[in-house]
Formats: sequence, C-alpha cells, structure tokens
Amino acid sequence: MSKQASAKEILFDPVFNNNPIALQILGICSALAVTSNLKTALVMSIALTAVTAFSNLFIAMIRKQIPSSIRMIVQMVIIASLVILVDQILRAYVFTLAKQLSVFVGLIITNCIVMGRAEAFAMQNPPGASFLDGIGNGLGYSVLLLLLGVVRELFGAGKLFGQEILPLVNDGGWYVPNGLLLLPPSAFFLIGLFIWALRMWKKDQQEQPAFRLAPQVKEGE
Amino acid sequence: MEHLLSLFVRAVFIENMALAFFLGMCSFIAISKKVETAIGLGIAVIVVQTITLPVNNLVYTYLLKDGALAWAGHPELDLSYIGFLTYIGVIAAIVQILEMTLDKYLPALYNALGIFLPLITVNCVIMAGSLFMVERDYNFSESVVYGVGSGFSWALAIALLAGIREKLKYSDVPAGLQGLGITFIIIGLMSLGFMSFSGVKI
Repeated sequence: MSKQASAKEILFDPVFNNNPIALQILGICSALAVTSNLKTALVMSIALTAVTAFSNLFIAMIRKQIPSSIRMIVQMVIIASLVILVDQILRAYVFTLAKQLSVFVGLIITNCIVMGRAEAFAMQNPPGASFLDGIGNGLGYSVLLLLLGVVRELFGAGKLFGQEILPLVNDGGWYVPNGLLLLPPSAFFLIGLFIWALRMWKKDQQEQPAFRLAPQVKEGE
Repeated sequence: MEHLLSLFVRAVFIENMALAFFLGMCSFIAISKKVETAIGLGIAVIVVQTITLPVNNLVYTYLLKDGALAWAGHPELDLSYIGFLTYIGVIAAIVQILEMTLDKYLPALYNALGIFLPLITVNCVIMAGSLFMVERDYNFSESVVYGVGSGFSWALAIALLAGIREKLKYSDVPAGLQGLGITFIIIGLMSLGFMSFSGVKI
C-alpha cells in the first residue's frame, strides 16, 4: 500500500469492502466449527481480533530489524506466543468455555488472516496503522462469525447466549427447531448465502464465469 | 488391530477434517480448481501428516507432558503450555527437511509436490491433527493411524471437490454466487453427504 490511507479506512475497509472471509477466503479454517452457538463464536472473535491486532503491532515495531530471510519464523514465533497467552488466559478465567473451544484456539496460529496481515501489512507500515489494520481485519472476521452464530443458535436451538428467545415446542412453545443448523453443513450453506448477499450489494466483487453459455440456436436455421 | 482400523475409518469418514471440522479451508478452496493439482496437494498432506503426527506424539510424550521430563531428572516440570509453539516449529522443520530431501534424492517427486510443500506449513489440517492427538491422548501407534487417516480424509475431500468444480465451470450460476459462493454451497452438500456415514462403526 503506497498511499497513506486514513485510520477510518484502514479500520473499516476490511469489514465490508475487503472482507477477509468473503473475498479473500482467508481464515475460515479455525472458525466455523465454533459458530454453532453465539458464546463460543464471540469468544473466538475476540481472541482472533486481539491476536491479529497485537501480532501486527509487534511485528510492525520490529519490522526494520527482521532479516527478510527468516521473517516467517519470526512472525510465527510472535503469533504462537500470543496464542499461547490467549489460551492460558481462557483456561484460567473461563475454563468450561476453553474446553468447548478445544483445539480451535490453538488453530489461530495457522489462521491465514493473522499471518496474511502480518506479511502484507505490518511489514511495510508503522505500528499504529498496523494495529488498526489488525483490529479491522479481526472485525471483518468477527462480523461473519457472529452473524453465523446468531443464525445457527437462534434458529437451531431457539436461544441466544443460552437464553431462550423462541419458545420450543418441546417446552410447550410454538417453535420447531431446525436441527440441521447445528450440524456442520449448515455453516457452509450460510457462508455461501452470505457471500451471495454481499456480492449482490457490492457488484464489483462478483467473479467472472470461466465459460459463457453460447446463445441458444434452433436446429436447422 | 480392530481398534486401529475403527480409528482409521472414523478419521476418514466420520470426522472428516475438511467436511466435519472445516479445517484447511483456505487451500481447500484455493487449490481445488483442477483434479491433478488437488490430488497432488492431497498426497503432500497425507505424507506430511503421517510424519508429523508421530513425531509430535513423541515430542509430547517425552518432553512436554506433565512429568514427561522425569528421565532427565525434572519430574516436576509441566511444559504442555508451550505445546503450540513446539508443534508449529516441528511442523515447519519437517516440511523444510522433507522439501530438501525430496529435492536431493527424488527430484521427480519434488517437481510434482514441491510447490505444495510450503503451503502445508500453514495448513490448519496438520496443526489440528497434532492438537487433536494431544487432546485425545493417542498413543504412538494410534497417532500413526490417525495421521494417515486424517490426511487421507482431507485428500479425499479435496479430490472430490475438484472433480465437481471441473464440471461446475460449464454450468450457469447466478452472478452473485459465481465462484466462491457456489463452492461453499457445494461443500455444504458434500458435508451433508458425509454426515450419512456418522452411524458407521467397524
């Protein structure tokens, strides 16, 4: 990025215009399995945003000292240390939640968003802007994660944060829960639909088809 | 033996890395446009997974686990908290060594797999394999089987997806769904198909 972007642009651009998940397919790996309820999705979003922001900050601080031949290792060590920190904090204060998140906190290390932003942005920009960029990309990821969490928990179990919103038929209410939404395939469908919606709104993000259909020609003409 | 076989079947079909745990999605979508490259990457994942899992298992059992350093005279140490850093280091090192070995001794294989190897260090599947192995307390032989199984599950999924996407190029998809959107929906359908294995037990 050669021109200096304003702080607001750096922060909000990744949320809609350049969403890391919807446009760059980065970082979905460690995320979807935690979206079947909102609480884990929220904790995961906060953890990832914090890790991205701070790894960007620290890497930008020492970017002039890192020899380019070993920069990957240096980035990896910084990211892994931050993730260990997050994991230990989660284990110390919210142990049951940390158990539910199981291996997925550890997988933030291999999350392409963190590494991608460190490599693409923090290596060329001052710490302040890098920190904002980290938060922005974290938010872009969080928006999608929380959206999925809301849809899956609300319609799959009739609850939000474990509080009953739609009274279930089993408990004498009226709502028949859609069990599919709690299973893995629904997350893929929802992301597909989300991307569809986003691209109907922002037409410039649409991809061109590999082949165009030839116009139909009647036989014998 | 039966126990190991059942572990393998479970790793491949029921707990499919890509379709049930959403792991390795970045390269799963980016590299699945052609069947040949997809199979190449799939094989590379199987190879790396089969090597790294047992190695990480040994590292965990003899260096990191609570009381694992008893052989070195430090039974009170519990180093499991630096696990993440160690596993990723081991994975990166093994991928690097594998790359150099292949380059030196099996150049043909290196040419086929070489471009995929650097991608694999940051592939969540490999890291997740090690983390699941630790979480579920697999012993050495189980970790070998789980390594082969989970690697194979991912390779199977990406090869299938690539096959579907090759045909998909010729279909008329709504503009907003073109590319990424429809791919996610296809993966969703595949995942639904794999759900039907969930009752299978050997």
